[in-house]
Amino acid sequence: MINELINMNGYGIYVWSAFIFTLLNFILLYAVIKIQYAKEKKKFITKFGSLTSEKASFAKSQSINREILSNISNI
Amino acid sequence: MFKYLEPNKIFSITSKAPKYVFIVFIVVLTIGLLESLVLSPEDYKQSHSVRIMYVHVPAAWITLGIFSTITLLSIIGYIFKFKNFFLISKSLAPSGFIFNIIALVTGSIWGKPTWGTWWAWDARITSMLILLMFYGLYLLAWRIYQDREQVFKITSMITILGIINVPIIKYSVDWWNTLHQPASINILSKSSIHSSMLFPLLIMTAAFALFSLLIFLMKYNTELIKIKNKGLDRL
Repeated sequence: MINELINMNGYGIYVWSAFIFTLLNFILLYAVIKIQYAKEKKKFITKFGSLTSEKASFAKSQSINREILSNISNI
Repeated sequence: MFKYLEPNKIFSITSKAPKYVFIVFIVVLTIGLLESLVLSPEDYKQSHSVRIMYVHVPAAWITLGIFSTITLLSIIGYIFKFKNFFLISKSLAPSGFIFNIIALVTGSIWGKPTWGTWWAWDARITSMLILLMFYGLYLLAWRIYQDREQVFKITSMITILGIINVPIIKYSVDWWNTLHQPASINILSKSSIHSSMLFPLLIMTAAFALFSLLIFLMKYNTELIKIKNKGLDRL
């Protein structure tokens, strides 16, 4: 059963390489986008932390900034 | 209507959605892989090599769908000056690009046992390669140009030129003699594919569409935070 699944009448090398290539691309793209997201988020937190209290409260008045800060670990 | 699509209004949804989309994607992909690698039957002519169809065809469908969507959004965005449509287009492009690569590479892998060659300068394959170049140009334009108005204009032009290629891809197998087989699935007429193969194909298409949605949401959130970072610099 397992051998049949791996060999697939001699087509296993083609079938498995196509599926593995697809899944590797999925993992790679997911990782790249996730890293980009984490980097931007980190940058945002650092910049927000360096604001004066007046500027920070102004920035916090924007709902999207509040959302970003409250969704720090969402992905 | 467009004001409901403003980033400030939808960020609360787009920032929470990825984790749910991810869970659904994993479930659907698992079912799809089980169906396409184990449960679906082998083809009487192509034997087990037909299973490559379950990754090749959905990837091709989705890359074409994404490019068409990007074009439509870019045109509407350019005409109505709706900047969020450009942001949505930009966020869709990476998954469209990757699916184009997957369609080409898995097609090449499938070509070896069925046609006896990895590559042929066939109308369908060549036009898919041209689409990949348009995706590449589109992504490159976003990296090269910093001025927003300029990048909106250039990317819209790239998509308008690229969309000419989409019907060529679709009808290339009918217009020319190609190695590539004609479409087996038709929305308007009866499909020539058996339901035992159609089911896993549709499941895998759903899984790939969910993956595109996941990447889109993550990329869109990243782009929004990038914009907000620039906003903090200006404070």
